[in-house]
Amino acid sequence: MKLTRSLLLASALAALTLGSVAAQARDLTVVSWGGNYQDAQREIYFKPFSEVLGKPVLDESWDGGVGVLQSKVKAGAPNWDAVQVETEELALGCADGIYEKIDWAKLGGKDKFIDSAVSDCGVGAIVWSTAIAYDGDKLKDGPKSWADFWDVTKFPGKRGLRKGPKYTLEFALQADGVAPADVYKVLGTPEGVDRAFKKLDELKPNIVWWEAGAQPLQLISSGEVAMSTAYNGRISGINRSEKKNFKVVWPGSIYAVDSWVILKGAENAAAAMDFIAFTSKPENQAKLPAKIAYGLPNKEAAAAVPAELQGELPTTPANMEGAIPLNGDFWIDNSEELTKRFNAWLGQ
Amino acid sequence: MSAGGKYRRHVAAALMLMPLVIFLGLFFVWPIVSMLSEAVSDPVVVKTLPSTTEAARRWDHASPAVPIMGQALVDDIRATTDDQAMGDVVRRLNSAKSGFRTLMMKTLSAARGSTGPLDLTTVDPRWQDNGYWEAIAAASGSRYTDRNLLAALDYTRNPQGQIEALPPSASNNADIFKRTFVISGLVTLMCIAIGYPFAMLAASVTGWKRQLLLGAVLLPLWTSLLVRTAAWIILLQDQGLINSLLQALHLTSGPLPLLFNRMGVVIAMTHVLLPFMVLPIFSVLIGIPGNLMPAAQSLGASKLRAFWHVLLPLSLRGVASGALLVFMSAIGYYITPALVGGPRDQMISAVIAFYSLNTANWGMAGALGIILLAATLALYAVYHRLTNDRPVKV
Repeated sequence: MKLTRSLLLASALAALTLGSVAAQARDLTVVSWGGNYQDAQREIYFKPFSEVLGKPVLDESWDGGVGVLQSKVKAGAPNWDAVQVETEELALGCADGIYEKIDWAKLGGKDKFIDSAVSDCGVGAIVWSTAIAYDGDKLKDGPKSWADFWDVTKFPGKRGLRKGPKYTLEFALQADGVAPADVYKVLGTPEGVDRAFKKLDELKPNIVWWEAGAQPLQLISSGEVAMSTAYNGRISGINRSEKKNFKVVWPGSIYAVDSWVILKGAENAAAAMDFIAFTSKPENQAKLPAKIAYGLPNKEAAAAVPAELQGELPTTPANMEGAIPLNGDFWIDNSEELTKRFNAWLGQ
Repeated sequence: MSAGGKYRRHVAAALMLMPLVIFLGLFFVWPIVSMLSEAVSDPVVVKTLPSTTEAARRWDHASPAVPIMGQALVDDIRATTDDQAMGDVVRRLNSAKSGFRTLMMKTLSAARGSTGPLDLTTVDPRWQDNGYWEAIAAASGSRYTDRNLLAALDYTRNPQGQIEALPPSASNNADIFKRTFVISGLVTLMCIAIGYPFAMLAASVTGWKRQLLLGAVLLPLWTSLLVRTAAWIILLQDQGLINSLLQALHLTSGPLPLLFNRMGVVIAMTHVLLPFMVLPIFSVLIGIPGNLMPAAQSLGASKLRAFWHVLLPLSLRGVASGALLVFMSAIGYYITPALVGGPRDQMISAVIAFYSLNTANWGMAGALGIILLAATLALYAVYHRLTNDRPVKV
């Protein structure tokens, strides 16, 4: 029986070690989108806040997906506290009850922020755009609109689009002559969806689909595509770091707000709320555009951005002209069905 | 030995097996069972909306549903304090009919912000549309459902409960399943074609030459999958190394389409999976006595004949296990087809990832997983029959 006893002892010991590891307090864990955006955040938010807090701030990156957060909260005691999410994930998770409610008093009130940055479950962190991008050195007289993007005789070459119905259908309708302001009205009808897919049929043979934000830059650089949709922050980033002359076509672009949320039941929920308040202070937030070209949801912070950086930001009035906000409500209702249809269309 | 001693040894043996049993249970049996139950169970609406479920049984599916089910739904919403359970209900209903998300968000806050009777049609006119009630009624039928398994194979049930096929523009999982097996099969064949001669070469040399050859296979295995895939993008693109070389040698006039199509997927996946073919074949080949081939030749067989009748049958076990390893790994591939493939080269894992990561529709993800598992097991059974029916002759 000696063996039995030692085995029992060993398993008890193992259980003890595992238990003590789990019981150890975890430091505040902040999750964002990675890449040079997170590098910038680390410098202006994570490190200074860790000094304020007097404890380390851990940061991790993720690729989005409400299912990921869903499963963490469901499992109990999520290992993330504050997470940066996109419009849809904010609305979906808020409806599913997986986020803590935001204490707006700590943030100085809702009226300090632009409307699309305010929600019960999240606080806007950045405003970013998806727009047409092309290499200004290769195309002297570049595209001006979505109709140009669809015109492969005037601008020969392939086109890059983000794989998925979100953005793609909105852009297709604009190429078909729908005014930016009416896009979601048309897309809300079955005929509108058919119209968008029909317009996409025209361009289908010339489309290269991308998934990760760095891909369109590579596609444009290598000449694999003549123009592509891309995130505006990435475009300014590559122009600065690699001295490229990539252009952004602002009219017809779609801007969206990314928000900070706190996972329900997170161990450091209180510290996470303080962290979000820290990142939302105008003097802290105003440091971001110098590192990466995203717009700021705090109105005072946006006003404090130096003039020479304003031209690159989606929130600058001249760039807002003809641009539309992403309709989160439309996509949380229709994302599953339209993605199914999009995937079926893609595979045909 | 005494009976007691025997018993003790049995207990000891059983205890030593425990870690394995626990491991298998935790990481193999449990996930499969929970995946299966996720796919066929549908309890959320029945559990969270009991009075609505009750009311739905009284509804004739033709008259306006609000007078019958409306107040029951409001009562259920007010009785539920669990936000997450309500979230599950909303997700389940929106997956059956688009629009439920915003509709329920409005309804939840209206119901919770008031007491007494509440007319849902004033909360949102969409409640007049019986389509929404139809979805609730369908979801409250039973705790178990076959709708996920049917949808995974492009079928659905109409309101009368009959099974009918979905149009290809709405769902094409069957195509993607077929494609997954075709690509995996192609990759397996390519791996045999390249891996077998390579393993023969590596087995026939010794010393640093063998080390070098095996290193060439193993080194990529220690590199990140993403890095290897990205390297192929750089090599295969229109302005990439291969196309530039071909054009510089005037072999082609324009760039060959190597990327974002089936060709790119097969090339990149073959490279990634090649070690799993080479190593099993190599390990079988070095175990074959080196004097068999010369013996066959001394009896008058040509080199080719000696290979065909001696070496190949002896090494077939290595080929079979290599093929199995490669094929099984290939059917689960996701990143490589997503990056180097075109839209018509996406494999079933991409669809599973969509349901589990983006929409948190665990039921659909589980159903697709089960179909994949069943198809794989069926293929394994065929493989087992084939390798057993043709015993290796020595």
